[in-house]
Amino acid sequence: MSTSCATLTPPDAPAGSRHTRSGHGAGSMGDPVLLRRAATDAVVKLDPRVMARNPVLFIVEVAGVFASVLFVVDLPSATAADSTFTGLVAAWLWFTLLFANFAEAVAEGRGKAQADTLRLARRDTIARIVTATGTTEKASSELAIGDRVVCAAGDLIPGDGTIIEGIATVDESAVTGESAPVLREAGGDRSAVTGGTKVLSDRIVIEITARSGETFLDRMIALVEGAERQKTPNEIALNLLLVGLTIVFLLAVVTLQPFAIRAGAPQTMPVLVALLVCLIPTTIGALLSAIGIAGMDRMVQRNVLAMSGRAVEAAGDVSTLLLDKTGTITLGNRRATSFHPAEGATDIELADAALHASLADETPEGRSIVTLARERYGLDATESPGAILVPFTAKTRMSGVDLDGRQIRKGATEQVRSWVQATGGSVPAGLDTMAAEIANTGGTPLAVAMADGRTGRAAVLGVIQLTDVVKPDMAGRFAQLRAMGIKTVMVTGDNPLTARVIAEEAGVDDFIAEATPEDKMAYIRREQLGGHLVAMTGDGTNDAPALAQADVGLAMNTGTQAAKEAGNMVDLDSNPTKLIEVVEVGKQLLITRGSLTTFSIANDVAKYFAIVPAMFTGVFPQLDRLDIMSLASPHSAILAAVIFNALVIVALIPLALRGVRFRAAGASQILRRNLVIYGLGGLAVPFVGIKVIDVAITALGVH
Amino acid sequence: MTGSGDWLLVGALAAVLVALAVPLGGYLACVHGGGAAPGDRFFTPIERIIYRLVGVDETREQHWTAYARAVLACGLVSVLLLYALQRFQGHLPANPTGRGAVTPSTAFNTAISFVTNTDWQVYAGESTMSHLTQMAGLAVQNFVSAAVGISVAVALTRGLIRRRSATIGNFWVDLIRTVVRVLLPVASVAGLVLASQGVIQNLSGGIHVRTLEGGTQLVPGGPVASQEAIKLVGTNGGGFFNANSAHPFENPTAFTNVFEIALMLIIPFSMAFMFGRLADNRKLGWALFATMFTLWIASAVAVTALESNGNRVLPRNEVTQMTTSTQSGGNLEGKEVRIGADGSGIFAASATGTSTGATNSAHDSFTPLAGGVVLANMMLGEVSPGGAGTGLYGLLIFALLAVFIAGLMVGRTPEFLGKKIQATEVKLAVLSILVLPASVLTGTAGSVLVDSATAQASNPGPHGFSEIVYAFTSTVNNNGSAFGGLTTSTDWYTTTLGLAMFAGRYLTIVATLAIAGAMAVKQPTPATVGTLRTDTPLFVGLLIGVVIIVSGLTFFPALSLGPIAEGLGR
Repeated sequence: MSTSCATLTPPDAPAGSRHTRSGHGAGSMGDPVLLRRAATDAVVKLDPRVMARNPVLFIVEVAGVFASVLFVVDLPSATAADSTFTGLVAAWLWFTLLFANFAEAVAEGRGKAQADTLRLARRDTIARIVTATGTTEKASSELAIGDRVVCAAGDLIPGDGTIIEGIATVDESAVTGESAPVLREAGGDRSAVTGGTKVLSDRIVIEITARSGETFLDRMIALVEGAERQKTPNEIALNLLLVGLTIVFLLAVVTLQPFAIRAGAPQTMPVLVALLVCLIPTTIGALLSAIGIAGMDRMVQRNVLAMSGRAVEAAGDVSTLLLDKTGTITLGNRRATSFHPAEGATDIELADAALHASLADETPEGRSIVTLARERYGLDATESPGAILVPFTAKTRMSGVDLDGRQIRKGATEQVRSWVQATGGSVPAGLDTMAAEIANTGGTPLAVAMADGRTGRAAVLGVIQLTDVVKPDMAGRFAQLRAMGIKTVMVTGDNPLTARVIAEEAGVDDFIAEATPEDKMAYIRREQLGGHLVAMTGDGTNDAPALAQADVGLAMNTGTQAAKEAGNMVDLDSNPTKLIEVVEVGKQLLITRGSLTTFSIANDVAKYFAIVPAMFTGVFPQLDRLDIMSLASPHSAILAAVIFNALVIVALIPLALRGVRFRAAGASQILRRNLVIYGLGGLAVPFVGIKVIDVAITALGVH
Repeated sequence: MTGSGDWLLVGALAAVLVALAVPLGGYLACVHGGGAAPGDRFFTPIERIIYRLVGVDETREQHWTAYARAVLACGLVSVLLLYALQRFQGHLPANPTGRGAVTPSTAFNTAISFVTNTDWQVYAGESTMSHLTQMAGLAVQNFVSAAVGISVAVALTRGLIRRRSATIGNFWVDLIRTVVRVLLPVASVAGLVLASQGVIQNLSGGIHVRTLEGGTQLVPGGPVASQEAIKLVGTNGGGFFNANSAHPFENPTAFTNVFEIALMLIIPFSMAFMFGRLADNRKLGWALFATMFTLWIASAVAVTALESNGNRVLPRNEVTQMTTSTQSGGNLEGKEVRIGADGSGIFAASATGTSTGATNSAHDSFTPLAGGVVLANMMLGEVSPGGAGTGLYGLLIFALLAVFIAGLMVGRTPEFLGKKIQATEVKLAVLSILVLPASVLTGTAGSVLVDSATAQASNPGPHGFSEIVYAFTSTVNNNGSAFGGLTTSTDWYTTTLGLAMFAGRYLTIVATLAIAGAMAVKQPTPATVGTLRTDTPLFVGLLIGVVIIVSGLTFFPALSLGPIAEGLGR
């Protein structure tokens, strides 16, 4: 049963207390080891074959080579001032490239460090294969799908698989970072094990489900390392826009020379090259891939493994969230909240019977009954040695105790009624009404009956009300989601009446009651047909089709292999509430991209005002009125623009990696805020920045 | 300075335009909405006859590629017919002035010019074209080219609003319905109004009269009022006379001057409201209108203010440039005194903002910065408010780009009318927007590199440069107004400007229709509070910003070396 594991891996860990993956040795951005590695990578990435993947930066590289060659060729003939200028322009173009590469390398660095740690878990081990006659040994790297291996306490599980026999506690910290052991058992939704994790107790037989090299751990390494990173749809579209802008500016600069010649002010090549590099969208071009990698990384930090960047991006677009009631919206377990005695019984009698029936019941529900009876009625009892426990079975759907000849049973109203009638007892007329009233208020009725040892006839004592407990502050989160335009749908097996009450209490927008996997699937299809993007969580094998159908399918790591295969994200913490964070990370990724693009384009205005007057005041002195920054000299103005253009990349790396601050709000509010910060800010900042740099280089006496 | 009466005039004009554009937009939406439309009983039989004559199955819709092929075929046939008509006009009837064949290069340039709704004129109308060419050639293209623009805008609208549709309408149906139901009625009424004010309408070759001084003079004749109406309503701009709307027979009174301004603006503005009606989002229609209107009014106020302020080079104490009871004030060089600086300024801003390109004054003689504003007005890509149809589709493409950037900023894949803007749309929108800078900048750069072409500019320095930039900006945008001062009847210019007009028109149209096709097949996403709204003042501001920044970043160097260098100089 699902509740059995809940004590081992708390699914309800509040958002603030989630552990990060720092235990894996992945450092923060300030980690000197990472930065050193990134600096080396930045140089390696200058390889033109790497640069060619980014058209904007490739043009900068071509410009850099060109300016460097000019510097060398003109060195003998040019004046010292001109030589210095060309040399500085060339140098800063290279810096621009190095900064851009550094941004990407830093973003990749964290993933690489994580991958290194994960590789440690992927050690080759010797697996013991079950054969008809006993066991033989085989290297884990040679395991085939369908092999059955035995693992005992202390063994490293040799590969991904499903437990077909036994039950064990497993240390999954190598994969999840979570050190508390988890329970894994054959059958049901907790049967999947991951290669590289360690059996702590007991003995299990596992059927291998993934070939070596294609295991979850292998995929995880590839993902965090970004080895298979592909551009996401929005990234591709944005790249096209950047290429378009680059072409526009290439045209503007190439045609400017004839205009300048006609005006009698032909420009030198370094100046034109500088203008081109300043105008093309180098800032966003440099940071775009870092933003994407960092977005994936933010998912990893939340212990969510996104199978593709596309999935992360889709998370931002989600407009319908399907959330399982139990564990996501409500605390995993219902609690007894009141006793309703039937006709002819007192509440004390009912509470006493319920207490006895539940003493040996170790489920959270059973314990909550004991607690209620003790606290409300001051009752107390200890397990008597003569008590015979009657466990819950799927067939009887009742549990209870036989004590001193008395038989006490508790269970669903229908079952208890049948039992009472079978013993020849009568069922009070008010029972159904009572049960219905409880159901109407969102509770679950649990009938209690007792058969007297003498007559053998049973009588209904009353009904225990079990109530779902909605997790604290869920209503607030749903309100936030609503403000972001996201509809929340609660999925539950409860009847519609109960479901409605809980849905209202939790503040979700819609619910699916008595949900079957088919219902879920149908709901997703319907939403998608209406143009919505749907996200859901799931862990069972029967969730797999819906997980595959959903645009974002977040599978729980504790779930079955089928569920993990079907989803496009896996939550290593197996906390379904995290779906909400996943959506936020997705949105933040898109917002960061859009904001920095806006900033980058808006920057160009100031660069024009710096460079154009510098180019033409010689022939048209009146154009100095466009030089609103009053820059020292034409050369210093152009250099200041080029240097600003390079430094702004460095300045924005932290923002690109961290992501633009995301607040749950409507689109209009977010747009207004980001337009002011990145649009107007993007217009204003370079005016200040270029002026400061101009003052600095003039003071240094460079020009 | 400009008197308060001028601002009253602008205000009244704006009020009348809104009052007329809203219902006209509603009517356009009925005409192209697919349902019943006012006047069906009268128009449907006429249209049916035309459909049968040209062999169009009006019930069959077209995929965007078929639609685009039809537009191109229509253009090609029109160019050939118009070229032939000019070349053979000497042998054809209705030629009382006895005009001979138009030269091949002029005929080529003119054919493209009128078919692309540019109406760039390398010839003087009254001394080159026969009455037949004017009526059966140029005026017909004035109707057809305007209708093509409106049709493409309608097709894009359909692409944006339809869900999962493979087709975007039938070009021939859109074309014919636009001509029959919109342009002919509006132009007829406008023609009658103009004629009532004294715009001539006859088939005479002109009358020789003896002047008071004893000399003789030819007073020209011709079917001017009918042509004048569609010249403006269809945002064409090609005048019957060389002097265009400065000629008293084209634009005789103070009233006709304002009326002509209104005629240029009415269809472009009403297209925004048509879009709002068809998209079932009237606020969005108002938002597009507000964008167009803001850009238009800003340019009109700027040009008028700069021109009314007079020429600052003239010494203030020696030359009176103030408006007095005996003279209209401001910079009067190159202007009709009866129209004045303000009447010319608003006209120039409207003619360049609408891609009409009609002129009632010499833009070459504007003060440098005012000349820069009319130039920049076109550099915006003709969206202030743009030409008949072209203004709407041009602005919608800017809107897609604005939504793309802003949409990312709100954390969703950008959507316009619920449809995702993805790689294909971005690529096509960028291509469409690239046409303008690519053609203008390379054309201008080519011309300044060719000595013989540079020499055609009558002025040295920045002003001569402005003349060349203006010619390419005007033709690529299918505006057609001339700055003047540049002799463009040389082979270099007739060819390059001809190509510029072609590229500016058809590359943009094909990209626009491709966007329509790509968007039509999409499933719209329902709007939520998480959706970027495009019908708010915030979005209007953003859209204006995008339009200005895109053109500003492209043309700032060129503007600096032309009007700005000249205007800031002593």
